[in-house]
Amino acid sequence: MSSIAVSTTINGDDVEYLCQPDETLLDVLRNRLGLTGAKEGCGTGDCGACSVVVDGRLVCSCLVLGAEAEGRSIETIEGMADGSELHPLQRQFIEHAALQCGICTPGFLVAAKALLEQNPNPTETEIRFWLAGNLCRCTGYDKIVRAVQAAAAEMRGEPA
Amino acid sequence: MSLDTTLQDKAFKSVGTRPTRPDGVDKVTGRARYGADFNMPGQLVARVLRSPHAHARIKSIDTSKAEALKGVKAVITSADLPDLSNGDEGLFATLDNCMARDTAKYDGHAVAAVAAIDEKTATAAMKLIEVDYEILPHVVDVDAAMAPDAPLLYDTVFTSGIEPAPTTPSNVANRAELGHGDVEAGFAAADVTVERSYKTEQTHQGYIEPHACVASCNPDGTAELWVCTQGHFVYRQKCAELLGLEVSKLRVTSSEIGGGFGGKTHVWAEPVALALSRKANRPVKLVMSREEVFRASGPTSATSIDVKIGATRDGRITAASATLRYTNGPYADMWAELGAMTAFACYDLEHVKTVGYEVLVNRPKVAAYRAPSAPMAAFAVESAVDELAAKIGMDAVEFRIKNAASEGTRSSYGPVYGPIGIGPTLQAAKDHPHMNAPLGPNQGRGMACGFWFNFGGQTCSDLNINADGTVTLAVGTVDVGGSRASLSLVAAEELGIDYQDVKAVIADTATLGYNDMTDGSRGTFSSSMATISAARNAIQIMRERAATMWDIPVEDVYWEDGHAHAAGQNHGNRAPLSVKEIAAEAGNTGGPIAGHSELVADGAGVSFATHICDIEVDPETGSSRVVRYTVIQDAGKAVHPSYVEGQYQGGATQGIGWALNEEYIYGADGRLQNPGFLDYRIPVCSDLPMIDTQILEIPNPNHPYGVRGVGETSIVPPLAAVANAVSNAVGVRMSHIPISPPRILAALADAQDG
Repeated sequence: MSSIAVSTTINGDDVEYLCQPDETLLDVLRNRLGLTGAKEGCGTGDCGACSVVVDGRLVCSCLVLGAEAEGRSIETIEGMADGSELHPLQRQFIEHAALQCGICTPGFLVAAKALLEQNPNPTETEIRFWLAGNLCRCTGYDKIVRAVQAAAAEMRGEPA
Repeated sequence: MSLDTTLQDKAFKSVGTRPTRPDGVDKVTGRARYGADFNMPGQLVARVLRSPHAHARIKSIDTSKAEALKGVKAVITSADLPDLSNGDEGLFATLDNCMARDTAKYDGHAVAAVAAIDEKTATAAMKLIEVDYEILPHVVDVDAAMAPDAPLLYDTVFTSGIEPAPTTPSNVANRAELGHGDVEAGFAAADVTVERSYKTEQTHQGYIEPHACVASCNPDGTAELWVCTQGHFVYRQKCAELLGLEVSKLRVTSSEIGGGFGGKTHVWAEPVALALSRKANRPVKLVMSREEVFRASGPTSATSIDVKIGATRDGRITAASATLRYTNGPYADMWAELGAMTAFACYDLEHVKTVGYEVLVNRPKVAAYRAPSAPMAAFAVESAVDELAAKIGMDAVEFRIKNAASEGTRSSYGPVYGPIGIGPTLQAAKDHPHMNAPLGPNQGRGMACGFWFNFGGQTCSDLNINADGTVTLAVGTVDVGGSRASLSLVAAEELGIDYQDVKAVIADTATLGYNDMTDGSRGTFSSSMATISAARNAIQIMRERAATMWDIPVEDVYWEDGHAHAAGQNHGNRAPLSVKEIAAEAGNTGGPIAGHSELVADGAGVSFATHICDIEVDPETGSSRVVRYTVIQDAGKAVHPSYVEGQYQGGATQGIGWALNEEYIYGADGRLQNPGFLDYRIPVCSDLPMIDTQILEIPNPNHPYGVRGVGETSIVPPLAAVANAVSNAVGVRMSHIPISPPRILAALADAQDG
């Protein structure tokens, strides 16, 4: 099969690549573009470790084809910090010890950012159901939920 | 200098604080490199061909078509991994598990592997390999495998540990018996006894990162391996033995590890990747799919356990016995024996007997899973203890307090306990507000205790004082959940400097002496001992350097608060020298300053926990939900309390998943039917409440700071705590884990019929 030429935007930068018609966006990011922050935990959309945002929509990049990125705007974990300034979610995950092994962390951060952009003041239940597509095997989710709550409060400008 | 491990009466400055971890920024920005994130120039992609049969003789394998495919650089079978085990049965089992020889012993057993220029070519080549199988009868259930007419995995296995030795082969590899006293006399003295049988199903560690490695063998006999592992030194040893390499020529670097929980203590794919690289003479990357992880790595044992406990009416246990049958997969190990050792470890028993049977079945080779074998034994025992307490009309916590082991108790597995935490965790549970909180409709509360040994083992660390006075700490125990932060705290504590001035790294196998794996809750326990030892050795050198700088005898220099101080009337007015000042002069006083440590970390303190669980059951659907959960556990000394809490919460959650949902489901054909996260359901965020934790600190007398391992014990009580809670909620004793909705509905229907 011949490759498909794709022009897209990743973390605000214009990017062009060739990919096979059956190649996932996750494989393109990891293997062709060197963006290994998105992880493959299952390859079937069950674990959320490969979460990215495509045109504002949270998706599992293992379920999106690389060719589908044509003309779209993609956000990955690599674009989350503003230079040396971590996003409040990133900082609060570190402060709250919300990661142990850290393999699921990029997916959780991308998913949580998408949540807070839609709903700046989510309840604990809303956080838990929004993040139900992201598997973590280390933490029991307690500190993850607290980190998201703390980041949400910080982003709303509430005192810590 | 050997380390004085005596517990110090010490006011801590760094230990017990909660600074941010040194690897935090890398992990929240996506920069941390895990097993699959590493690549080498010219690297090939590997795929493994696996048996679709539970049990089959491999009559022949024809790889010629695969080898002929353009882009294929190597195809291997067991012939490329010849048997170098030299009579070492454990090593042979590892080899046979990595690549089947004459017989495929479970669905997913590797039979061949391919390395090609890309994944698509490797996958196509795999489909061109022709394996001629003769399907054999199989058995996957633990009780069925012990039946006299069970299909045999081997006709050469005769149960060991039985006198006289059996004359007919069976699937039971070994029988082990432990205990003391006379249980029959003890049961005769009981007013009340409970006797019940239990089953638990097989689960997987469920780490989110599949096994991944890059192997590179050179024509000069040297090789490198980049791999996610809990023990790169152990992987080096095993791979070198299996491939006939010199240990010094194989350099293994551990990547960041995306979860292990015991599942990354065993080699599977790594020897295969090395053999492919050796044959292809190119670097080879091998990443398992999630389906392969389920079918061929992990899992824990499925079990069948009988428990009998007797007690007097006033609540004293008179005798306890258990028979524990654990699946081992196709290779004999000591999983049932571990269960037999841990089963009654929480209690002070005059008469106790446990018998463990290691059962061979056509399932994947069992691997360690967090306090391996203990959760199932605790499920059975703690269920029976609850039932017995109810039978004599005593509160479940009071009954346990009355029978809890304490300092001086001879444990059911032999040793006499030192200071231990079972009594204090029970007392804390009794006093906890959770214990007296009101329950809603269809809710039940359960509690349970758990025990784990904890290990120590061989450990080696280097502590380098850099030219600017900052410290690099090189350790050889893989950081699975924040130990670089904990060990930096320990180094800062011992040296008397700021945490921020210490940077801990995990050294590779070429740059540090041998270290055992991060298993047995030993990472922070043993490496903190080695860190303290290395720091003390560095302090000794800094005292010598300060003496040189001051031109006074070293005996007159003492170390306090991160500074060398001159003691004695003759030198008393000299300003103390900081680490930075001493380091700055190192070039003029004898060269670089470092402290090294090589030790066997003996004296890992045993660990106990008590958990409280509230469950709400929907009687219409059988679905259940944890509504409140509390973990109380002895940490000895919590070095970084946030990561101790994290271990408690994570272990409890894994146990909750095991108790309620997780299980390997096999079809009649012996094939695994749910090798994916959709059908093998681990707990998700919306399943759970916050997990409350309470850290108790009963110091381990064998560690300078009192540290005990904390990683594993937290998975031991939940199976029983959940089962007791559900049983109390529905009024029916649940004796089969997982307590999934169909099992709850069936139990409710049985109770109505009965």
